[in-house]
Amino acid sequence: MAQSPALPAEQYNYDIVRKFTIMAIVWAVLGMSVGVYIASELAWPFLNFDIPQITFGRLRPVHTTLVIFGFGGSALFATAYYVVQRTCQARLAFPWLAEFTFWGWTGGVALGVITYMMGITQGREYAEFEWPLDLAIAVVWVSYIVIYVETIRRRSQPHIYVANWFYLAFLLAVALLHIFNNLAVPVSLTKSYSLFSGVQDAMTQWWYGHNAVGFFLTAAFLGMMYYFVPKQAGRPVYSYRLSIIHFWALIFLYMWAGGHHLHWTALPDWVSTLAATFSILLLMPSWGGMINGIMTLSGAWDKLRSDPIMLFLITSLSFYGMSTFEGPLMSLKSVNALSHYTDWTIGHVHSGALGWVALVTFGSFYHLIPRLWDTKMYSQTLIYVHFWLATIGIVLYISSMWVAGIGQGLMLRSFDDYGNLAYTFIETVEFMHTPYAWRALGGAFFVSGALVMVYNVVMTLWAARREQAGEAKLVAKQLAKA
Amino acid sequence: MKHEQIETNSALMLVLILAVISIGGLVEVVPLFYINETVEKVDGVRPYTPLELRGRDVYIREGCYLCHSQMIRPFRDEWLRYGHYSLAAESQYDHPFQWGSKRTGPDLARVGGKYSNQWHVQHLTAPRSVVPQSIMPNYPWLIQTDLDYSDVADRMRALRMTGVPYSLTQAEYDANVKKFGQTVADQLDISQAQDNLLKQARDKDFDGISSRVTEMDALVAYLQVLGTMVDFSKYNEDEFVKFR
Repeated sequence: MAQSPALPAEQYNYDIVRKFTIMAIVWAVLGMSVGVYIASELAWPFLNFDIPQITFGRLRPVHTTLVIFGFGGSALFATAYYVVQRTCQARLAFPWLAEFTFWGWTGGVALGVITYMMGITQGREYAEFEWPLDLAIAVVWVSYIVIYVETIRRRSQPHIYVANWFYLAFLLAVALLHIFNNLAVPVSLTKSYSLFSGVQDAMTQWWYGHNAVGFFLTAAFLGMMYYFVPKQAGRPVYSYRLSIIHFWALIFLYMWAGGHHLHWTALPDWVSTLAATFSILLLMPSWGGMINGIMTLSGAWDKLRSDPIMLFLITSLSFYGMSTFEGPLMSLKSVNALSHYTDWTIGHVHSGALGWVALVTFGSFYHLIPRLWDTKMYSQTLIYVHFWLATIGIVLYISSMWVAGIGQGLMLRSFDDYGNLAYTFIETVEFMHTPYAWRALGGAFFVSGALVMVYNVVMTLWAARREQAGEAKLVAKQLAKA
Repeated sequence: MKHEQIETNSALMLVLILAVISIGGLVEVVPLFYINETVEKVDGVRPYTPLELRGRDVYIREGCYLCHSQMIRPFRDEWLRYGHYSLAAESQYDHPFQWGSKRTGPDLARVGGKYSNQWHVQHLTAPRSVVPQSIMPNYPWLIQTDLDYSDVADRMRALRMTGVPYSLTQAEYDANVKKFGQTVADQLDISQAQDNLLKQARDKDFDGISSRVTEMDALVAYLQVLGTMVDFSKYNEDEFVKFR
């Protein structure tokens, strides 16, 4: 006798959240594995195998797109849709449109990485999607905004909770950046030329690029933090006032900082100086967020010993604090002269991307998944295992990149006693082999942690399904008796 | 105004957020399009020939920009290694710019003329055969693949719409003759695009295979022109400092 489980209709739309959560985990494993592969290509170039589709130049955008837009993006869709419903105590608006955002986003990312491997690219870092995909993404994004804003308008609370401010800023900023950075004249379906050229194009691109970090990978994940840290800690946000100040300061200052990617280039000095100034100022709101998050745990520090989810969340905030200190440091022109063009930048990005973005997401997911499927995580121990694999991986990754980046920077600028260059370029490439191998190992640690998470989640969902099927049977039996 | 008013009013919050995030770009990006000194006036910089343009497309397709920058900074070590620092003018026709952000390999802004065509062909096909410690992938398919130049005129037309002075009309052609001289103006004439491409590939025979026009021809043609357009011996050493 087939009968659906006699559970009450859900108060909130969790179905869409579940979909995005699962896809985020899928993209994470895929994207991080590609990352390990391209890291290995740099250490052992035979891995390019003379196959055009998997050479470093084509796979690198595949990696960045899968992790930023696939993993990060889906995680943000999932948590934004969850947080906005919970904090507004309103069901998600336009469920069919939400469904569209899921298929649109997932399809967009998948098509994007396939086209990159075919060599279809705009040649702009982190904005490699060709114009038809850019248009599709814009439509999905506008739908996302419409759903989000309408859900907020239907809230049964007078106040809009702080997490939603951050998600809102992220939604608007990404729309603005995406549209202006991708203005182009098409030649065919698969090729276009950007509308701007040279110095203006460079500044537009890094205005976009840096704020992809600032809004996609920071503001939005702060929104995630502002919901899941207090929830998991069972305590209110440390300071309401601090959250107001650091929110407005953060979204104002970030938009000025992009020019620090172009220090000492043909970009006029006035822009690069302004960008450096604002990058240094940015330390304050960044640390405001970190302090507000970490201090939320004050009075409940013991949770760090007993709760692996808290460990994920607090460690992610610590990495956030560290990389937002390193960022302003690297935006100083004198430091940048050494660090720019080297692996120091790559290490810096990953201390933010792995340490902050990925860890806060994993922590939030471990909180979220049991609630979405109305069950308990299969194993607490495996959450600890994941945490340590991830943390060891990050430490290996960023320290090897410090060695590679600072080492190369110093070698390239050193002179012998006669004023000649002390090293040729290729000698620095040779020097970087060892740190490159260590970096690949660090990445492998991080991926293995993610695989542990996959196993844990699969077992959890398996158990939840059995449990719920059992309950359904029981209900059916009782109904039959009555 | 109390913050409570903002956080209880979604429309107000949206408007304020939009205003706050717009300021940075308005102050830093928009003026670059209007301040004349942003791009120096120098002689010699011209749009790419049809063959070079197709080479540039290959460069972008293969993601070369992810390991090679095209932007030399004004430091002594870079001067010794790569040459004169890059000018904004030198990438004024680059849609998109290819300054790059990472040097896993060396900067290529002035690689033009540094090596022979033969060296480039060998190096692109099997980098480790000329530089044993190199970690660059092999690109054996470049010399095996015939260049698709069927739509080169369409590509130039699209670039013309972005403002690159490829000419469609007689008036545009005449303006190019005045600005760049007749030889260059002929190269920029869209109606002659395919002929020009084939002629350059045959005359120079970059890939060493005279019977075919390959992607290698185009890419090497592009690499060999990089950084060679401005004759720096014509300018004083501090000529460009005022634009910085």
